[in-house]
Amino acid sequence: MHPAPSVIVFTTLSGLGFGLLLFLGLGYPDVTGWVAFVFFAIAYALAVGGLMASTFHLGHPERAMKAFTQWRSSWLSREGWCAVIALLVMAPYGAGLVFLDTSYTALGLIGALFSLLTVFTTSMIYTQLKTIPRWNMKLTPAMFLSFSIAGGALLAGQVDAAMILLAIAALVQLAYWKQGDSAFANSGTDMGTATGLGSRGKVRAFEPPHTGTNYLLREFVHVVGRKHAAKLRVISFTLAFVLPILILLLSPHHFGALIAVLSHLAGIATSRWLFFAQAEHVVGLYYGKR
Amino acid sequence: MTQLPQSTDRKMGLVIDLDTCVGCHACVISCKGWNTENYGAPLSDQDAYGSDPSGTFLNRVHSFEVQPEQGHAQLVHFPKSCLHCEDAPCVTVCPTGASYKRVEDGIVLVNESDCIGCGLCAWSCPYGARELDVTEGVMKKCTLCVDRIYNENLEEVDRVPSCVRTCPAGARHFGDLGDPNSEVSKLVDERGGMDLMPEMGTKPVNKYLPPRPKDTIEEQIDILAPLLAPVAEEPQGFMGWLDKALDKLPGGNA
Repeated sequence: MHPAPSVIVFTTLSGLGFGLLLFLGLGYPDVTGWVAFVFFAIAYALAVGGLMASTFHLGHPERAMKAFTQWRSSWLSREGWCAVIALLVMAPYGAGLVFLDTSYTALGLIGALFSLLTVFTTSMIYTQLKTIPRWNMKLTPAMFLSFSIAGGALLAGQVDAAMILLAIAALVQLAYWKQGDSAFANSGTDMGTATGLGSRGKVRAFEPPHTGTNYLLREFVHVVGRKHAAKLRVISFTLAFVLPILILLLSPHHFGALIAVLSHLAGIATSRWLFFAQAEHVVGLYYGKR
Repeated sequence: MTQLPQSTDRKMGLVIDLDTCVGCHACVISCKGWNTENYGAPLSDQDAYGSDPSGTFLNRVHSFEVQPEQGHAQLVHFPKSCLHCEDAPCVTVCPTGASYKRVEDGIVLVNESDCIGCGLCAWSCPYGARELDVTEGVMKKCTLCVDRIYNENLEEVDRVPSCVRTCPAGARHFGDLGDPNSEVSKLVDERGGMDLMPEMGTKPVNKYLPPRPKDTIEEQIDILAPLLAPVAEEPQGFMGWLDKALDKLPGGNA
């Protein structure tokens, strides 16, 4: 799949932002006034910034409001609803903490729930696609959720929780890579089933339908990043999990925490780039590209 | 509404004969021609006469080689367009309701004025049947020439999809695959019509007729064979002498 920067930025930032909102909604850290203001500002900047970035890859962003209509069938529509509800519910909860020194606990819990649901619905947009076996796995929502919760704990300054949650997210990441690498082969889809000619012999793409490129090849048959995938996995794993855990262990202070957050952010963005770049769409079979 | 209908009154679709298709791409051109100037936004091209041309097409013809365990390889030309699936994933993923399946005839269409161009429907299609038009920013797909098949301004013979009307080999058939007595349904029964990627669970309406088995040369009796068999394996007489004489010259044997 084409790793569109807008989608990588969106899933990385909003994942972290909603992760932080989850912890703030649950009352961690227990802050009020200016300190609370800074936490909520960071959370909203990440969540809303990510959502804004996601509209950049639309052909008609001015029609984005129409995306709220089909929540009965569409995960993308459900994601829109969950995000808006989470942001609207967390606003009065945050205002209570910042300006009135009051915690509306019920609002916080509802906001936390919808923050989690936003990340889950985002992951389901990818998980639902049978056409991309590497995404069509139960580990995909597990990965999105574990990353978001771990990142949220890290941003919320919950040092002990963050170390455990980062370790869990790291294990989910390893499991995702392991299962994902054999997902296409295990899907049962190959050039034989794609053409219906598999029972007659070995099928080979002889001549493509067009000499130039097209939307399908640009969007679904991205092969550029494969060469460095193994190195990028090591880099992403180190930045996202290993380094932040070590920093938290050795120097859990403000400056260290900042470095840990930035390292985690860079690592997750790299992992998300791989998530797209390594995903193989079955339509590539028709072009003999799998 | 992007929920799929429980059932459709008819299942209009195509039956494509892989035995007959000659791979001339006439259906590709006639499709582009008709659909760029009729229903919906035109099918744009980018750098059409330059060094890196690309464009939006609703129908494309691949060619595959099938190598059986025994015998010769076979070339199969393979036209591919929207299969108007009964369980179309491209419809249910659409967040705006732009993508829909018609109850009256099962045709899958895009309401272009509602399309936000997110591309998710194309991601969900295993067949690569949908292409986002770069110029218009909306999703384009085969409409089964919905503006031809019911068009009373056209002669009756022309009230079929453009690709079907154009095919010079008669490899494309159009009809109601929901009616077991229709010509297309009979053709599917007779020739063992098949689904593409049935494991995806999309239940395509369009069917493909597999190539008929080839004649096997081995079983034929060649009446000329005895007359054409070589009379002498080793050269004899003058040719034999010449062969040996030339071998003795310096420069090695051939």
